[in-house]
Amino acid sequence: MIKVVFFAALREQLNCSQLSLNSENLVTVADLKKQLASKDEKWQKVFANNTLLSAVNHDMVSSEQTIKSGDEVAFFPPVTGG
Amino acid sequence: MTNTTYPEISIQTADFSLADEVALLERNNAIDGAVVTFTGRVRNKNEGKEVTSLTLEHYPGMTEKSLVTIIKQAKERWRIGRVKVIHRVGELFIGDQIVFVGVTSKHRQDAFAANEFIMDYLKVQAPFWKKEACQSGVNWLDAKSSDKNKAAKW
Repeated sequence: MIKVVFFAALREQLNCSQLSLNSENLVTVADLKKQLASKDEKWQKVFANNTLLSAVNHDMVSSEQTIKSGDEVAFFPPVTGG
Repeated sequence: MTNTTYPEISIQTADFSLADEVALLERNNAIDGAVVTFTGRVRNKNEGKEVTSLTLEHYPGMTEKSLVTIIKQAKERWRIGRVKVIHRVGELFIGDQIVFVGVTSKHRQDAFAANEFIMDYLKVQAPFWKKEACQSGVNWLDAKSSDKNKAAKW
């Protein structure tokens, strides 16, 4: 299983803060994105935004990053702290 | 007190005292002659709109990890002594303190540069998000390309 978490505007748009899904057939973050986008029209629209950032196990990564069962993957908008 | 035991990061809802933080950076630290601090506060206007409050969200776990990495990079680049980064989360109002970065070094140049570097990197790498409330409603702030450029200059 892979734990997926969402933050800020993304969490509100999806009305979802986290979910778990089977990691079979998922090799990279890009695969995961594609699978999430296929849920419905709303998810498709949200994941079409190419400014979205992703992290695996608390490290910022690119979409090519490989993932495995037990990983925590996060998606969020560009950060605005400070 | 060695640098490895000094608590370098705090993510908190509570306010902080600049005087207390400076005192901690200076306590039993006679080798450093320079103390550089930065405090960020909530402004009353943003892009022409009157702001009433800000709500800060973060990603617990990743926030700490990213700040540890930023501080480590600063220590590799400059000869600095102590570092403290405080970032508040939750609802904040005009004039409230949001963020504190304090750096000590033997001479001022290292502390000045490291402090600015830490702030510039925090702005683009640490997972915090600001939601702004103003008369017309509530909205998430967009990241600024100028912040990206500032971090890239290092």
